[in-house]
Amino acid sequence: MSTNFKTPTASARGLGSAKSGTGHHIKQRVSAIALLFLIPWFLYAVIAASRGGYDGATAWLAQPWNAILMILTLGAAFYHMRLGMQVVIEDYIQKAGMKQGLLILNTFACVGLFTATALSVLKVWISAGL
Amino acid sequence: MVQLTLPKGSAPKKGKEWPKPDGAKTTKAFKIYRYSPEEGGNPRWDTYHVDMDRCGPMVLDVLIWIKNNVDPTLAFRRSCREGVCGSCSMNIGGHNTIACTKGWDEVAGSTITIAPLPHLPVVKDLVPDLTNFYAQHAYVQPFLKTDTPEPEKEWKQSEEQRNELNGLYECILCACCSTSCPSYWWNGDKYLGPAALLQAYRWLIDSRDEATGERLDDLEDPFKLYRCHTIMNCAQVCPKGLNPAKAIAKIKHMMVERVA
Repeated sequence: MSTNFKTPTASARGLGSAKSGTGHHIKQRVSAIALLFLIPWFLYAVIAASRGGYDGATAWLAQPWNAILMILTLGAAFYHMRLGMQVVIEDYIQKAGMKQGLLILNTFACVGLFTATALSVLKVWISAGL
Repeated sequence: MVQLTLPKGSAPKKGKEWPKPDGAKTTKAFKIYRYSPEEGGNPRWDTYHVDMDRCGPMVLDVLIWIKNNVDPTLAFRRSCREGVCGSCSMNIGGHNTIACTKGWDEVAGSTITIAPLPHLPVVKDLVPDLTNFYAQHAYVQPFLKTDTPEPEKEWKQSEEQRNELNGLYECILCACCSTSCPSYWWNGDKYLGPAALLQAYRWLIDSRDEATGERLDDLEDPFKLYRCHTIMNCAQVCPKGLNPAKAIAKIKHMMVERVA
């Protein structure tokens, strides 16, 4: 016999509306629009830069515009990944503690990856002697 | 993790193969999901052979023929038999639809599989428990809400304003869309699902309604509304040819419009 005596109305209302989510929706779409331009540039650029070997690639990345666009691409991509992974975790992980733990880990991973990759670009740019 | 496989007691096993009807020239096999809470045990797949020369053209006719001629214990819901009431929704040949408007000759394969709507508790055979589905429909308050005193004659609406309701008011609440949606499978307790959200938009866009802001407040939630990832299964299966995904996208537009 079922021991759940909650009424269907109470279950459907749950914890009520969080009155949020639109911000996430807008951020996700705006970062997607940015990536629509940045990813084709990134693919073209990486192929072009890799033709000249290591020296060629570092020289290419040391160009101000290339470095700026590269950091913007990394920022948009990791930000978009942070938002997207959040949705995947919320979709598939139902235990509150586990879910919240993974959401924190997701934020840490994305911020960490962005910091590491952006600093690498800056290092190449700066060591080329601005 | 979400439950990706059926629990031990719910996985259907091979069931009974009923004998072919006497003197039938053309028969077709129907594999039907059977479960009875009184009998207990796992659900099973029973196979029935139907005399197609003595049976009507729709899958509902097949079910009624089986109930009348072979096995009176087979349970399913039906009422209007013309696509208006939404009672006979079930999964036929892998697609959610209503049995009364689905011709058995439209379903490919020599054996047609019939199961209850997916990812819902089963009451008996092809009858699912729709309690939560109806409670979610009630959550969106599907009725006109106004503060202005009611006019003596009627609430007026222009032809254009009335046209906004086309493609929305036709919903018969058969639950084919919601139960075909993976997001609803995984988070059906928190996500309202395409049917309830289509109904929500039907009242959001109604020019006579005065509670638009409150309605949006009640929907703005990462789970209640934003679990829709535009998978579009809802639009694909709707037996009335409606597009709940489009209605949900329009709710999201309204949400954006009021903040930006």
